Amino acid sequence: MEKFVTLSAIAAALPEANIDTDKIIPARFLKTTQRTGLGKHAFDAMRYLPDGTENPDFVLNRQPWRKAEILVTYDNLGCGSSREHAPWALLDFGIRCVIAPSFADIFFNNCFKNGILPIRLPREICDELMGDAQMGSNARLTVDLPRQVVIRPNGEEVPFEIDAFRKHLLLEGLDDIGQTLHHEGSIATYEQRQDQAKSWLPTIHFD
Amino acid sequence: MAARTLFDKIWDDHVVETLPDGTSILYIDRHLVHEVTSPQAFEGLRLAGRKLRHPERTVAVVDHNVPTSDRSQPIEEEDSRNQIETLERNVKEFGVPYFPLLSANQGIVHVVGPEQGISLPGMTIVCGDSHTSTHGALGSLAFGIGTSEVEHVMATQTILQRPAKNMRVNVEGTPGAGVSAKDIMLAIIGHIGTAGGTGHVIEFAGSAIRGLDMAGRMTICNMAIEAGARAGLVAPDETTFEYVRNRPFAPKGEAFEQAVAYWKTLSSDEGAHFDREVTLRAEDIGPTLTWGTSPETVLAITDTVPDPAQIEDEAVKTQMQRMLDYMGLQAGQKIAGTPVDVVFIGSCTNSRIEDLRMAAQIAAGRKVAPGVRAMIVPGSGNVKRQAEEEGLDRIFLDAGFEWREAGCSMCLGMNPDRLTPGQRCASTSNRNFEGRQGPGGRTHLLSPAMAAAAAVTGCLTDVRELA
Repeated sequence: MEKFVTLSAIAAALPEANIDTDKIIPARFLKTTQRTGLGKHAFDAMRYLPDGTENPDFVLNRQPWRKAEILVTYDNLGCGSSREHAPWALLDFGIRCVIAPSFADIFFNNCFKNGILPIRLPREICDELMGDAQMGSNARLTVDLPRQVVIRPNGEEVPFEIDAFRKHLLLEGLDDIGQTLHHEGSIATYEQRQDQAKSWLPTIHFD
Repeated sequence: MAARTLFDKIWDDHVVETLPDGTSILYIDRHLVHEVTSPQAFEGLRLAGRKLRHPERTVAVVDHNVPTSDRSQPIEEEDSRNQIETLERNVKEFGVPYFPLLSANQGIVHVVGPEQGISLPGMTIVCGDSHTSTHGALGSLAFGIGTSEVEHVMATQTILQRPAKNMRVNVEGTPGAGVSAKDIMLAIIGHIGTAGGTGHVIEFAGSAIRGLDMAGRMTICNMAIEAGARAGLVAPDETTFEYVRNRPFAPKGEAFEQAVAYWKTLSSDEGAHFDREVTLRAEDIGPTLTWGTSPETVLAITDTVPDPAQIEDEAVKTQMQRMLDYMGLQAGQKIAGTPVDVVFIGSCTNSRIEDLRMAAQIAAGRKVAPGVRAMIVPGSGNVKRQAEEEGLDRIFLDAGFEWREAGCSMCLGMNPDRLTPGQRCASTSNRNFEGRQGPGGRTHLLSPAMAAAAAVTGCLTDVRELA
């Protein structure tokens, strides 16, 4: 996983609530066995017209937002399906940071696993950042993870919260399986205890 | 010890270790795997040279991509076939128990797990699918995860989580005629909204929930995710124990009695703290359906479509108008009487034998309206066989319904079962998002009985008029 430390990039505003993961990547594109290559289908229904050509009105089809790496939306971003194809599609498009007043739980988790930083900020602040995101070639925000601030084009710094463990994984670009395997002893102890306490718990074997 | 909720008890019982920042390593008892969200996880294990820690606590099944038509033929869509073949290679390489396409036990993972006794009360259960919340109906902690977490569970049999907050939704009283678990759940989502449960695990309680059979409880917990919750659950009781008894992979004999003794401890203590509590009266809920493109856009079948002009918040108003345009509806129109093109009875929400019986009761002796395509997609091979033993297939076929093979089908249209642009569908599934059932398709979520009523009348109909 790529590290996330600081990011200074074009921000795009998608002023909608409840942007679901079907909207981020429709189910018919989930038939891949790879993590990459989904960027061209990110926001497919909004991005392309029925004849397959680009919708010129959609923000990510316009300059400078074709190169956006930060996305600002309203509440409950990523609701619906647990598909990690949603953050994969965003990442493949080039998005490294998503900012919203609230996120659906599974999508929020999935972002971290892919080096995308999801930031929760109040609705009023998201409105201000959306304003910044509409400043054409000046639509740049800077995200400083070590200091936990978003820096607006006017220099104002907006602080945000993040769990210490998740911050550490992002800053170092660490795979959390490796981290958990450091606790192998605890897992083995738990399994022994469980085997005794719940001897009725069946395992699954097919003939 | 302080009073604990059902969620607290299952959580505490599965914490392997809590890290300094409050994240817990949580042990997972069952990992359910399907073809769409697993290939990248298996590939990750392979690349890192890791093994699957407990294949005997893992079960795989194909459901999302599978055709629901004649299975003696090869799968036509190449990318679907590739994903299924990839799963078959992976389960072989990693030694995972697997229900293949032609197994009599194949079906939707959230139907198969409880049906086989693979999912049991008190367990932690995960699957790379958001509707894993379904299994919470047994009194387990069950939730959907992403593919990276699928790989994490494969490698470690654990997951990293912070505890959720506790929420309780009580439904008290006796549901009226034509009101099933689906109507109750749509009403709950309409009441608390699609983000109402975010960060919480919802315990469903109250006399109306207690009165539901297991299929009904599964319908409720299935859509906890549509209310934004991390999971939904119902405390196990005699209804649960009777359901679990004698399932193929459930404990038997003495082991079953030991299990029940433990399961009986799994209810929220008197005075346990809930961060949020909501109570609804079952009598206030009528046959319910959605009008828009979010599961919270619900109304009673007797209602009229809402008017954006009466909304103050500009963003909400704009979104509401967009939904009306997409759905091809006018503000203020009566929802009943709206013509439908397709009826889909199936999905992990409503494809169990009890659901099919409710639909058959309405379909019996009637005919599908001219021009309507009506499909029945049983949740598993076992549901299909049982329905055939009960003669339900004849009722549906005589009425002009299609009687298909088990799978996820038109709930998300990953197989050929899809809406075409502009088609309106009365669907027993769980999501009415734009394009969910096919690009440009229009979805109304409703109960199996309401779906059958729409099939035979050709329009959205109050099922009570057909009873």
